[in-house]
Amino acid sequence: MNDILPFLKELLIAPGLSGFESPVSEIIQKEWKPLVDEISLSQLGSLHGLCRGNLGAPRPSVLVATHMDAIGLMVTGLQNGFLRFTDVGGVDPRVLPGQQVWVHASGPKADPHSPLQGWVVQPSAHLLPEELENKVIQIENLFIDTSLSPEQVRQLVRVGDIVSFAQAPLDLNAETLAGHSLDNRAAVAALTICLQELKSRQHAWDIWAVATVQEEVGLTGAYTSTFQLRPSLAIVIDTTWAKGPGSGDWNTFPLAKGPTLFWGPNIHPKLHKSFKELAEKLEIPCAVEITGRHSGTDAYATQVAADGIPTMAIGIPIRYMHTPVEVVALKDIRRTGRLVAEFISAMTDDFMNTLTLES
Amino acid sequence: MANTTTLDKKQTDLLAKLSYAMALSGDEGEVRNIILDEIHSYITDYKIDALGNLLITRPGTTDKPLKVMLAAHMDEVGFMIAADDGEGLFRFEINGGIDLRQLPGKAVIVGKEHTPGVIGARPIHLTSVSERRDKIPLNNLRIDIGPGSNKVKPGDRATFATRFQRVGASIIGKALDDRLGVAVLIELLKHSPANLDLQVAFTVQEETGLRGARVAAFFFNPDLAFVIDSTPANDLPVWDDSENLSYNCRLGAGPAIYIADGSTLSDPRLIRLLEDTARNEVIPYQIRQPGGGGTDAGAIHKQRSGIPSVSVSIPCRYAHTAAGMARTSDFKQTIALLQATLQSIPQDILAQERR
Repeated sequence: MNDILPFLKELLIAPGLSGFESPVSEIIQKEWKPLVDEISLSQLGSLHGLCRGNLGAPRPSVLVATHMDAIGLMVTGLQNGFLRFTDVGGVDPRVLPGQQVWVHASGPKADPHSPLQGWVVQPSAHLLPEELENKVIQIENLFIDTSLSPEQVRQLVRVGDIVSFAQAPLDLNAETLAGHSLDNRAAVAALTICLQELKSRQHAWDIWAVATVQEEVGLTGAYTSTFQLRPSLAIVIDTTWAKGPGSGDWNTFPLAKGPTLFWGPNIHPKLHKSFKELAEKLEIPCAVEITGRHSGTDAYATQVAADGIPTMAIGIPIRYMHTPVEVVALKDIRRTGRLVAEFISAMTDDFMNTLTLES
Repeated sequence: MANTTTLDKKQTDLLAKLSYAMALSGDEGEVRNIILDEIHSYITDYKIDALGNLLITRPGTTDKPLKVMLAAHMDEVGFMIAADDGEGLFRFEINGGIDLRQLPGKAVIVGKEHTPGVIGARPIHLTSVSERRDKIPLNNLRIDIGPGSNKVKPGDRATFATRFQRVGASIIGKALDDRLGVAVLIELLKHSPANLDLQVAFTVQEETGLRGARVAAFFFNPDLAFVIDSTPANDLPVWDDSENLSYNCRLGAGPAIYIADGSTLSDPRLIRLLEDTARNEVIPYQIRQPGGGGTDAGAIHKQRSGIPSVSVSIPCRYAHTAAGMARTSDFKQTIALLQATLQSIPQDILAQERR
């Protein structure tokens, strides 16, 4: 198996905010092309890769969804050379001051191939409303400083320009990696490992490897791609909360100790059971992630596409989700990719008949 | 006379090296070594004193030259590892004046080996709207280097991991306060004037109370002193678009000359000398708005029986955060102004009227 780290780092460096996924989509397309039989884009930009199964047609199909969009910022105004902005997807304003960003400028003098560097800055107290003294400064009172003159900024930047985080990926101890957009590029990497494994193995079913768009703003890609491809069942890989500073409750999971298997109304109970049994057989450590309502993943959408699709969701624990320094253990990415590959290669012709709701 | 406003490659490389170095108060060795490496062929002797100040004297060749002290501090603000929580997580203390709101979501380096780490924050999904209005207290933050290593231990220093960059007319990096001043001082040392006994102090522990400058000034016992520091440029728009009347100083408007700050009233003769020189040489300058804050001058001017002092700063936005921002023109003009000033100090300056 190829080392996944260079590809993952490439994904982390690429922008690709919700609705503007092309830069990351192109990288994934290049990586997937040799791994799939067909590849295409949906009307909304989701990437669909097909690996044909070796059953006679018509074959059942499994859709594996990983969203490729990332959270970020968007320019809302220019004030004397400084940029006002808002967030795309959920960003805690407390992680913003001092953050380096790329401003994807589209003004008349802008070069679309070279974004502007910028820094999120917190003006000093006497430049802010008095009541904010010593308080958290919310997004509407922060600026982006590009270090350029007001005149240059007017020529380069327009309201609506997207802004992505510029924090470079960092190799930490013991094969842990820090960076922005590990949610959900870590899952794209896991799906890529899965495709690499299945390249040399038999699988009866068709596989739709899907990198969905706009998960962070309403699961848009998952709804539409699942409808279009109409799989027999769906597996969603997303990231989940790892235990860490300030996050130690029951709904968080230890880093580097394996992926989570979601359980709850978004999940088909028999699919969950099958995954759990397989993980135990393969001795892949897994935790059960309880989500009593919305799973917070594309599974919420795939389940209700068309006339309903049995769905499973798997979580890769990451620390500091939705900050520019999310942390993942590569081990968990590999385990997830392998688990899904093993599951798919074990699916037989009549697997759908075993999917009963009764336990 | 250096009239250009851009940096050449050598200057850029030196600034990058100085910015990447980690030198917290009390542990300035990394910067000291870079300076020594840079200046060794220009000096015959140097002293590293009990606190770590790097002190160099360049004797003048004229008769009874004035003893003029120049100081820039080597240390920067940052963090100190306080306790090992296991799993690669460490509690830490803040050294120097860093706003708590600048910490979450940052990459850092730790210890002599510059081990990479991050300071994370609770996922937004697990926070409430009201929680997001409160600062994250220091005791909820950790430096995370990833599990499974003993490379970091309590007592290690840490600081922001920031890429040094040149963007257009700007310099962006960490610890520009006061590595810009250090770089200016290196330049002045390399081209020191013959009419003075130049007493150069690269000082320690400015950020913890001007402690290095205090003992350096005692040692040198100079006739007068110039301090080269970096001062905040708060030249951002006011939230309601009203006129910004407390900008402290502005980027791109030249070196900032101090008249008064929280710890020093500058010597009027030295202020006049700087302003006259700037006008004569047509070097832009600005007056730093009087107010709080302070530089090594606060300790120097009160040393022994009193040492007439003045500070000149390179304007820098966002000091004491991960990324400061300065203009190359201000940096170059600070060098030019100080060079010209040193060359034109009248022998009898201290006999002039204090007005």
